Amino acid sequence: MALAKRIIPCLDVDAGRVVKGVRFVDIRDAGDPVAVAREYDRAGADEITFLDITASHQGRETIVEVVEAVASEVFIPLTVGGGVREIADVRRLLNAGADKVAINTAAVHHPEFVAEAAERFGSQCIVVAVDAKRVADVDGEPRWAVFTHGGRRETGLDAVDWARHMAGLGAGEILLTSMDRDGTREGFDCALTRAVSEATGVPVIASGGVGSLQHLVDGVLEGRADAVLAASIFHFGEYSIAEAKAYMAEHGIEVRR
Amino acid sequence: MASTVVVDYGMGNLRSMAKALEHAGAGDVRVTDDAETIAAADRVVFPGQGAARDCMSALHAHELVDVLGESMVRKPFLGACMGMQVLLAWSEENGGIDLLGRFPGRIRHFRHHFTAKDTGLKVPHMGWNRVRQTTSHPLWAGIDDGEWFYFVHSYYAEPDEDALVLGRTDYGGPFASVLGRGNIFATQFHPEKSHDAGVRLLANFVRWDGAA
Repeated sequence: MALAKRIIPCLDVDAGRVVKGVRFVDIRDAGDPVAVAREYDRAGADEITFLDITASHQGRETIVEVVEAVASEVFIPLTVGGGVREIADVRRLLNAGADKVAINTAAVHHPEFVAEAAERFGSQCIVVAVDAKRVADVDGEPRWAVFTHGGRRETGLDAVDWARHMAGLGAGEILLTSMDRDGTREGFDCALTRAVSEATGVPVIASGGVGSLQHLVDGVLEGRADAVLAASIFHFGEYSIAEAKAYMAEHGIEVRR
Repeated sequence: MASTVVVDYGMGNLRSMAKALEHAGAGDVRVTDDAETIAAADRVVFPGQGAARDCMSALHAHELVDVLGESMVRKPFLGACMGMQVLLAWSEENGGIDLLGRFPGRIRHFRHHFTAKDTGLKVPHMGWNRVRQTTSHPLWAGIDDGEWFYFVHSYYAEPDEDALVLGRTDYGGPFASVLGRGNIFATQFHPEKSHDAGVRLLANFVRWDGAA
């Protein structure tokens, strides 16, 4: 008996609408974040993550409205990421009903922002998102670097050291995305996930590359992830959350059912 | 209609708690830091998150210590997360801090709870874990023994009396995840984030007369 490993569906939201299509059930409006979140809640998701990909500054307020609407009806944890740059952004999202806020690029530019946010609001609600890509081995050991801007800009930071540093500054959780695997459906980068999970004392969410239920199991058993995040395999109805949990349970992983 | 207040002392978002209580059939729910409103309410929900020191200074700054003390004597009172922890006497967080002292005992960091075999366990204890009900209670009505609830915390309660423990959870060994006595019921987990089981607990609370 132990803490359950979590399954977290991730929804991309642009100007208040879920994008990239969610087709896992018959909901009247697959772009409505509240309807989609309600369905995932009913389906047994352990948390929901919203990634705000709104480009325009004016559109950014819409995510706050989305969080307010979802938090009024869905009583599981909500994480929101994307464009979180200032303390005021964190406060707005938490007040709207987000349980956790994910900080990505701003953490790279201003690491002290993570410390300040954790000090102000508590580590439990501060997630640092780390986008990592494999780089040249050092002494035969694999290495990953932190990238920003959707994997286009290398920071020169070592991903494992960076995650450890972020946890030290007060991040309560690391959302770790392999930019090599993201969108490939080849599975998580388990070596990366394991390296980060073992280097940091905080929970690690594995992300990027899920194409099958076995990948979820690998992320936990090989990658030592505390939670697994996936988008397309759930959104397109290939697998339900219940099927994923049944499969994980068959492989000896504790899940909430 | 009976009224329920959610005590707002600036420690975290209370919207989810208020909405979950409404969803649970609480009727008149107010989020407030006003001592008179709290004094007049039929039942009190005391949430909270963040650091112990900040919570205690916020309670003093909002002049809520006395009215909370009175509420804890008489009314159905539900503490959640930090709202449970501050009921004890002392926390080692922030270099040691006195709490409200309603229950004898202290708050300690999980590192003291773990043994050598628990090195892989992460702190915070974050996610869904089971609660074993150590005694029957009106607030457990309709909730399975061993049901899953959502937790996020780095410190845990060590009450001096076993009789205060209403539920236990295993994380590197069992710890007290639910405390209570008389009209007080307090959970380390977040009922407002614990899906149907959490809403059921809140529904039980808003129907509870405060008798254990």
